[in-house]
Parts: sequence; structure tokens; C-alpha cells
Amino acid sequence: MTGPRGDESDLIVALRQRDEAAFAELVDRHTPSMLRVARGYVRTHETAQEVVQDAWLALLKGIDGFEGRSSLRTWLFTVLINIAKARGIRESRDGEAMAGAYGGGAVDAARFRPTGDAWPGHWREHESPSPFPETPEGSVLGHELTDVARRALDGLPERQRVVVTLRDMLGFDSDEVRELLDLSVANQRVLLHRGRSAVRQVLEDYMKDVT
Amino acid sequence: MNCNELVELVTAYLDESLDPETRARFDLHLLDCDGCTNYLQQFRTTVATLGNVRDDHLDPTFRRRLLDAFKDWN
Repeated sequence: MTGPRGDESDLIVALRQRDEAAFAELVDRHTPSMLRVARGYVRTHETAQEVVQDAWLALLKGIDGFEGRSSLRTWLFTVLINIAKARGIRESRDGEAMAGAYGGGAVDAARFRPTGDAWPGHWREHESPSPFPETPEGSVLGHELTDVARRALDGLPERQRVVVTLRDMLGFDSDEVRELLDLSVANQRVLLHRGRSAVRQVLEDYMKDVT
Repeated sequence: MNCNELVELVTAYLDESLDPETRARFDLHLLDCDGCTNYLQQFRTTVATLGNVRDDHLDPTFRRRLLDAFKDWN
């Protein structure tokens, strides 16, 4: 993530000077996303809170030695994910095994013409997608869609949810996500694609109901 | 390339990580297929919409706990 490093160096200085307002600002900015990511690893909200609290304590302990080779946010999420993994509650189900375990496609296979058809693998007549309407920033439909997307995101399997959250919601790039989660190029992409595809389907269903 | 293959490649397409040969087949397919063009538009909108999701609610009790931890460290 190419963050505003200029702002960040001021923030780091403030934290080193034990500036509580700076800490509070950072907590407000990142804690909700940290809880969301931590929930990809642990079973309960309470455990996720413990993980997040431990990550903040680790940040405070480490801030004097922080060299700024990554952004503060990347460092914070690296620490968070390492702590969450160490809790290990879901770890046996996690990672590469799960990335490869998907069965379905991005789109329900029944929407495509079958083998033997003149156009096998092409959209069936009434299953072909329609464009989503334009949703200008601040529009009612835009707000509704964002709410629907949030609920769809919450409903994804853990690993997909973590990857989609980091990539699309928080804007980390693919290399950062692979490093944070220790995923191969292919598995990062598979998890991201599964997750986005599932959210797209939810949005498409929603659009059919409202239009 | 068929539609059911294209829909599996959209994330790789948007990340610009398809090999040139596959990317060309993807682009050629789009020229002839409204369904897939619309699908790509839906997918881009989905990614943009996910980018608008914000988590800003923070439980005040938990927030206080974190700020108290800061005071202990201070």
C-alpha cells in the first residue's frame, strides 16, 4: 500500500512521544477492519477483540524500533494476522487446503448452454447478464448496494472474506495480501475471485428485485 | 473462449495477469458477446462497491479498553 508516508511519519513521532490523541485516531481508523480480519481466524467476537488488543499492544511495544520499511498499516495487519494465526483455532481448516477446496464456478453452470447445444458454454437466452445501473456517489441505490455488498462479504467463507476484505475493501495490493496471508499467487487469486463472484451474484439478485 | 470460461478469468483479467494469448482471446470474446460485456461491467461495479464498504462502528467499551491499555503502556 502506498500510503501517505508524510502524514505517517508525524504519526509515528507522535506515538513515540506517547501522544494519546494520535493513538486514539489510529485505533478509530483501523480497529473495525482489524476485527473483521481477525474474525477470519478465530471463532468468537471476544477472541477477535483479544487478538486485536494484543496487536495494538505489540504496535506500542514495537513503535520505537519501527523502521518504516512498510507502511504502519501493513505492519499493523502483519502483526495482527500473525497473532490471530497463533491462536490457531481455525488454522487446521485454513490456508492452501481451503483455497483449493472450492467446487462451484464463478457463475451457476445452469446459466450456460450445455454440451451438444449449438453454442455450448455460452449464456442461455434468459440467463445473460444485464448491466448494473449507474450508481452515482451518494445515490440511494449506491448506499443500498454498499449495504448489500457488506452483508454478502460477511457471509463469505473465512479465507475468501479475509482476502476480499484486504484487497477490495482496504485496498492492499495482491503482493501484500500474499505476504500477509502466506498464499501462493494462484490461491490468492482463486480466493479473491470466488469471493468477488459470490458478492456479484448477490448484487445481481438484488438488482433483479429492485429493477 | 466460451462464456463459462471467461467468467472464471475476470479477476486475472482485471489484475492484468493473463498471458497475452489468453488476454487476446478474452478481448476478442468481449467484442462479440453482450452477456460477457455486461458480466464484466457487473464485476467491476462489484469490486468498486466493495471498495465503498466502510467499517466505522467501534464498540465504545472496547475502544476504552484499548485506550486504557495505552495509558498503562505510557
